[in-house]
Amino acid sequence: MSISTQEPQPPRTSRAREVDGATPGTPDAAPARSTARRRRGPSVPLTPKLVVGLAIVAVTVLFAVVGPFFVADPSRVDDIGLTPPSAEHLLGTTQTGQDVFAQLAYASRGSLIIGLVVGVIALVLSGFFGVVGAYAGGFVDESFSLFSNVMLVIPGLPLVIIISSYVPNKSVWLVAVVLAVTSWAGSARVLRGYTLSVRSRDYVLAARVAGEPPSRVLLVEILPNLVPLLASQAMFAVIFAILGEAGLSFLGLGATGSFTWGTMLYYAQNGLALRLGAWWWFVPPGLMIALFGAALALINFSIDEIINPRLRSQTRRARKRWHLDRPAPVAAGTTDTPTEATA
Amino acid sequence: MTTLEMQDVVKEYHLRDGWRGERLRAVDHVSFTLEPGRTTALVGQSGSGKSTIAKLLMRLESPTSGRILLGGRPVGRSRSAQRAYRSQVQMVFQDPFGSLNPHHTIEHHLARPVALHHPRMSAAQVRSRVLELLTRVRLDPTEEFAARRPHELSGGQRQRVAIARALAPEPGILVADEPVSMLDVSIRLGVLNLLGRLQREENLGVLYITHDLATARHFSDDIMVMYRGSIVERGPADDVLLHPRHEYTQTLRAASPDPERRLAELA
Repeated sequence: MSISTQEPQPPRTSRAREVDGATPGTPDAAPARSTARRRRGPSVPLTPKLVVGLAIVAVTVLFAVVGPFFVADPSRVDDIGLTPPSAEHLLGTTQTGQDVFAQLAYASRGSLIIGLVVGVIALVLSGFFGVVGAYAGGFVDESFSLFSNVMLVIPGLPLVIIISSYVPNKSVWLVAVVLAVTSWAGSARVLRGYTLSVRSRDYVLAARVAGEPPSRVLLVEILPNLVPLLASQAMFAVIFAILGEAGLSFLGLGATGSFTWGTMLYYAQNGLALRLGAWWWFVPPGLMIALFGAALALINFSIDEIINPRLRSQTRRARKRWHLDRPAPVAAGTTDTPTEATA
Repeated sequence: MTTLEMQDVVKEYHLRDGWRGERLRAVDHVSFTLEPGRTTALVGQSGSGKSTIAKLLMRLESPTSGRILLGGRPVGRSRSAQRAYRSQVQMVFQDPFGSLNPHHTIEHHLARPVALHHPRMSAAQVRSRVLELLTRVRLDPTEEFAARRPHELSGGQRQRVAIARALAPEPGILVADEPVSMLDVSIRLGVLNLLGRLQREENLGVLYITHDLATARHFSDDIMVMYRGSIVERGPADDVLLHPRHEYTQTLRAASPDPERRLAELA
């Protein structure tokens, strides 16, 4: 224990501590290792679901960010209409000779921007109306709750149709805001319920008794408990936004002059891609939507498993592995064993 | 030193059942005074209003009528008045597993009240005060414990942290709401002895809420018996328990284990 009582050490990385602990001849090997485990904070189990989800999201985001710099102008019309994939045009061309791969790069960027913007706005709105309302309680809670319930039943599609008939030139931002405004209410209700349960816990009361100002109670004591929930709600908001935007664009109600996966499908449909057998035109955007949605859903499932360990897969094979792992010390590094905690 | 006084306090809750409203009187015209250096036990069955009194004293609830006086003066509603009140009156919660935030270290739990009630302290001073508090509640090595998170402590250790947190603002009055009822029987005495020692050292006025008559008699100077929201009997600890006058106190007394009576029955 001398390592902790003698010198006040500057915070070091867990890697440095582990190297320390492994050095032969150091008497404090055991405590050094245990502090390293502690400092790392809550560990996230890297399940196959999470790894696959994160990998797909990373590749898609990379493609959307970097891709547009390397491809030709996606709107450039050429006289080589509907050519299948070739070395010159990786994913072939559209009816008017535009490069599908170039369009896909710009469309990914457009769709992800919509998803990101809607995700952030929905997160902020649901956090404000759900968490703050529930924490404040009383009249504020009642009115916020009523407002979210009203917003919950406003249908997004008709709202956008009405707006599109009033605004001739819809920007991407307008579409994003409309999608965000119609999508936050559900998660606000979920957050409200959870906040109501957290705010009456003893440690929140204890923080109030200690004299913490309300804002700090909310941000420092309550919010960390909501982070997994907020993350999963934000993921769903992003999925909803990308699918919603694709749907609107497919119906021809999307933002004017934008490239998204939805507009690609819309033009493919208009250009009779399916009937002409031009699979290279409509499969890529469709596949991107499906893959990206699936990846976000996978991440979401992993977050759910972190929040609620009972949801973890308990197949016979998984359970058999636990039995094998029990005597081996390998499991101690990755999971928090309660025996160490009480020691 | 300060005294904390409850004057004729009533707390009513509104229960809503559809259109009909109902009132539940949880605390019914309760008056008592907590003085420095004296431990007062508040005993009573579950639902008799003991914890509501603790919440009223901590200003987590406001009384329907009646007054709570600190040092003879009513407490203002302003933030500074609240803070001044809370630097004098602190509380140890019942459940040590619920009263510490799992996301924060022990150091955070102790440093916040220290920093809040001593705004002039530098970060280093706050830290040394935190380590001093940990020493006072016998959590050694202190640096090791300061860096831990609540899930790495046992129930008794957590309750010691909770006690240290309550002592952080250097209060004159301590409300302990069943501080040992969630702990193993084997470590209850240790925590109670710690509370008793701190009470003597700091000359604290303690309100010890419990339903355990034996520890109430052992650790307190006065006992108040609560039944259905009102205090039915009060007096010096031995008097109340050895010569109970109210019917409920007698039942309570008869319900607690008595080895001699048991031996007599067996003989």
